[in-house]
Amino acid sequence: MSDRPADVRIKDFKEVDGGLSADEAIAEAERCLQCKKPLCVKGCPVCIDIPAFIGHVAEGNFPAAARALKEQNMLPAICGRVCPQETQCEGVCILGNKDTPIRIGALERFVADRERESGAELPETAKPTGKRVAVVGSGPAGLTAAAELARAGHAVTIYESLHEAGGVLTYGIPAFRLPKDVVRAEIDQVLALGARLKKNHLVGRSVSTDELLGYDAVFLGTGAGLPAFMCIPGENLNGVYSANEFLTRVNLMHADAFPESDTPVLHAARVAVIGGGNVAMDAARVARRLGAKVSLIYRRGEEEMPARRAEVVHAKEEEIEFYTCANPTRILGEQSVTGVECVKMSLCGIDASGRRSPEPIEGSEFTLDVDMVIQAIGTSPNPLLVSLIPGLERGRRGNVVVDKNGRTSIPHVYAGGDIATGAATVIEAMGSAKKAAAAIDAMLKGE
Amino acid sequence: MYKIDAATKLADRVYEYWIRAPQVAQHARAGQFIILRLHEAGERIPLTISAIRGDTVRVIFMTVGKTTEELATLGAGDSISDVVGPLGKPSEIGNYGTCCVIGGGVGIASTPLIAKELKSAGNHVIGIIGARSADLLILEDEMREICDELHITTDDGSKGVHGFAADVLKKLLAERKIDRVWIIGPAIMMKVTAGATVPYGVKTYVSLNPIMVDGTGMCGSCRVTVGGETKFACVDGPEFDAHQVDFAELMQRQRIYTGQEKASLERFAEHRCRCGEGGHHHE
Repeated sequence: MSDRPADVRIKDFKEVDGGLSADEAIAEAERCLQCKKPLCVKGCPVCIDIPAFIGHVAEGNFPAAARALKEQNMLPAICGRVCPQETQCEGVCILGNKDTPIRIGALERFVADRERESGAELPETAKPTGKRVAVVGSGPAGLTAAAELARAGHAVTIYESLHEAGGVLTYGIPAFRLPKDVVRAEIDQVLALGARLKKNHLVGRSVSTDELLGYDAVFLGTGAGLPAFMCIPGENLNGVYSANEFLTRVNLMHADAFPESDTPVLHAARVAVIGGGNVAMDAARVARRLGAKVSLIYRRGEEEMPARRAEVVHAKEEEIEFYTCANPTRILGEQSVTGVECVKMSLCGIDASGRRSPEPIEGSEFTLDVDMVIQAIGTSPNPLLVSLIPGLERGRRGNVVVDKNGRTSIPHVYAGGDIATGAATVIEAMGSAKKAAAAIDAMLKGE
Repeated sequence: MYKIDAATKLADRVYEYWIRAPQVAQHARAGQFIILRLHEAGERIPLTISAIRGDTVRVIFMTVGKTTEELATLGAGDSISDVVGPLGKPSEIGNYGTCCVIGGGVGIASTPLIAKELKSAGNHVIGIIGARSADLLILEDEMREICDELHITTDDGSKGVHGFAADVLKKLLAERKIDRVWIIGPAIMMKVTAGATVPYGVKTYVSLNPIMVDGTGMCGSCRVTVGGETKFACVDGPEFDAHQVDFAELMQRQRIYTGQEKASLERFAEHRCRCGEGGHHHE
């Protein structure tokens, strides 16, 4: 690993992991067994021909490696950084049985970074089909669908409600994990394929649903943008944030640079972050970089945390204090937060999610003195647009119901990413978007 | 970029801008708002849509912080980096009978569109507009044209009734049947004025103005408590049942960044002095 030391990196928002050098990348690639029946490809939600790209790296032919990657994935520098490879491609790598698996993610990132620095080569696009496709949302799902459909020759318009594209890649994931110039460069590549980006357009409001449904096909990738709150007393005190708001203020609006940047964020000496996922780790580590002493409160044990192991390790290295098997019961304060009261949890039986289910231990309440609380307990599909489209079938959790190809109850409307699946990972969103794009392409070509 | 077609100073610290934003203008309804961002380092601030003309929308704002001060330095022909809208749910327009539309201070900006749509829906529309003094009263002619009746109040008695909009509303409620009331103004004014309709059980709407970031339901910065439930003003509002709103919490949350807002404004003022910028002259 090539991580910058924790005491240095908590002073800035620069990337933690420095990546591989060319020599390291070649050496790592040479370890690949080039399996005849590669399990890693099956482990990849977007089916990258992993042995092929790694083979090119081993030969030192980095442009060929980039071509092989982009055959299946237009966002390799992003995926190389944020995919949970340990449960996907690397998790099934045969070398992992006896030794460590090939560092596929690090290699993917290396190839993509190398290409970006030396000038990206665009994949070929098919002849224009004359078909118009609307893609709603420019997060991982929308960008993937747009790239696939633009390559197939369709005229793609991407609608984004914010002033910048990228969705969660831009507002959610902090720069120390995913630098914003990397995100912008990969978005630019999607646009270079011919997709048109309309920022500041909230579909359902700035674009009518009639106008939307007038496209030959529609892909909905509006994500899981609605933050959940715990519904405990004190939640609307000043100093209580959803992780979405806290991260958006810093990542999208650059509140860390206030007052050079106009958007403020509160600075607290002690912060409590609630949750155990990647977003909780991100929020905790951002708060740390703003100078706070940070405690993370999670109702289950550390081994049950949904966050990637690497992010948990990073957070601990950065002196985030973990309170596991604890749950907040109320947030204290008059107008602003002064503390959070928690109860200890015992882990009994196994619940529906297959994890040990937490139960409060009576009389075990304790209080943490904090002046900010960030809730990172999950998000659900943003209901705004989907509730405005008549005839669009929705599931119980507000998600859009789709078939195995991503098709909704309206024949020319497809959906992918969190709006269809509920909150999941960047790569899963991309995988479902790719499938939907293939189905849209087939439909438009009358197959 | 979104071009400012016209910029006029209406009163001390109050400005009227017409902004070219076709995707907003074509879909905007009464009660909705835009969010704008001046430039790369700008913050996102919500402003009510006050009128629509062709591909342009009108916003009226008072200079209260850094962003509005900076916005006021722009003039016709200048551009704003980002404008998104129309955001929020439109006002619940219907044919109710007699409706009263009340604006306080710069909140008067929101009243013409609501009054106009209520009028078109067949209502008898009574307008009440109030300001601290006559020189701060805006949109009087416009409201007089739209409304069947228009009442004016000033805190200092320099024009119309000496007193508050709530005083006129109380009198009207005692005299005749009012079916729906809209109140738009500072939080404290909305709270006090809405109190007048409680004894009569008249459905009353207020347009809330909490701090927002994205304005699309993603961040929860604008959460307000209405009827004991947490709502997002940006997507569930901005208009809510006045009698259900927790105004104390709204006002508390509007003060979250008071310290930082003050620092930012002072820094901007200092910078302008140093650079000798006079800003545009608004005719």
